[in-house]
Amino acid sequence: MKNNKYLQLFTTFFKIGATTFGGGYAMLPLIKREVVAGQGWLGDEEFLDVLAVAQSLPGAVAVNTAIFIGHKVGGASGAIIAMLGAVLPSFLVILAIAMFFAHFAENKIVAAAFGGIRLAVAALIAAAVLKLGRTVFKQKQSIILWGIFFILAVVFKLHAMLLIAAGAAAGLLLHSRQGGKTNKGDTP
Amino acid sequence: MILLQLFLAFFKIGIFSIGGGYVMLPLIEKEIITTHGWLTMAEFVDIVAIAEMTPGPIAINSATFIGYRTAGFFGSAAATAGVVMPSLVLVLLAATILKQIYRHEWVQAAFGGLRPAVMALIANAAILIGQTAIKDLAAAAIAAGAFLLLLKTRLHPVMILVFAALAGIIIYK
Repeated sequence: MKNNKYLQLFTTFFKIGATTFGGGYAMLPLIKREVVAGQGWLGDEEFLDVLAVAQSLPGAVAVNTAIFIGHKVGGASGAIIAMLGAVLPSFLVILAIAMFFAHFAENKIVAAAFGGIRLAVAALIAAAVLKLGRTVFKQKQSIILWGIFFILAVVFKLHAMLLIAAGAAAGLLLHSRQGGKTNKGDTP
Repeated sequence: MILLQLFLAFFKIGIFSIGGGYVMLPLIEKEIITTHGWLTMAEFVDIVAIAEMTPGPIAINSATFIGYRTAGFFGSAAATAGVVMPSLVLVLLAATILKQIYRHEWVQAAFGGLRPAVMALIANAAILIGQTAIKDLAAAAIAAGAFLLLLKTRLHPVMILVFAALAGIIIYK
């Protein structure tokens, strides 16, 4: 049973690592699909919480997310295995390119294919926002907050770290003003 | 010892890159080109292009590539290990602490505000990639088609990436 869990972590994140192009957020829709919908390791809201933590710490968001989820599913060994799974595909592909295809990027067909892939990646990420929105936007104030943060990110190019800090501050402020209750999620 | 130097250089890059992806690039440039002289600027631009075209985070792709160029297979392993090590240590630490405090009402309140912020960041990423990739009407059509397929069908995202790659080859070759 234990081995099975580790194998699942490795193969799940290997798959994610092998099929995500464009870095950073491009991985998230696939991680969400595999981890939330596929394996059921996390819920939608918890997934966003993990992202918030992953984004606030140094390193690539996708790798941080893999480590966090690996830790949740299988402790420290789970974290290392998930990380290896996520990193190994890039490592092997780049190694092969560095060894054999020095002019990979100049190939016309390769460049054209990636021109198409980048378009699908933008669509993937946009679709992920809509899908996550269905669970997160149950409260009016979440939608308003999102609108404010969206403008801060897109128009004012506010740094991700500041945006996250602002999000936490807004959540605490609203909570203390309402003195009300917030949803209790599961432990990550 | 070149392997240790690679590990340490990328460890430093790993620590100081908060916010992911492109934030790392100026750091890599400073460490690798200016400080160590392991690459020229032209080589570095090539690597960024390759990193964008291959799966995985740019920081890891750059580490693997630069490590290999500098010291072969073991160089690529040392650089890659260096760049992910800070993440491993810090995320494990954060996950352990968060497990203890996650249910606390103040922590939940903070996350209540964090979730819309993270979603704004994700939406921003879609816009940034879209802005650079959507150059003409055909590109806009591919992006819109992919978006509709994702929302309206149960096609696996990887299939949609494959379709988009084929469309790219047909249109732009």
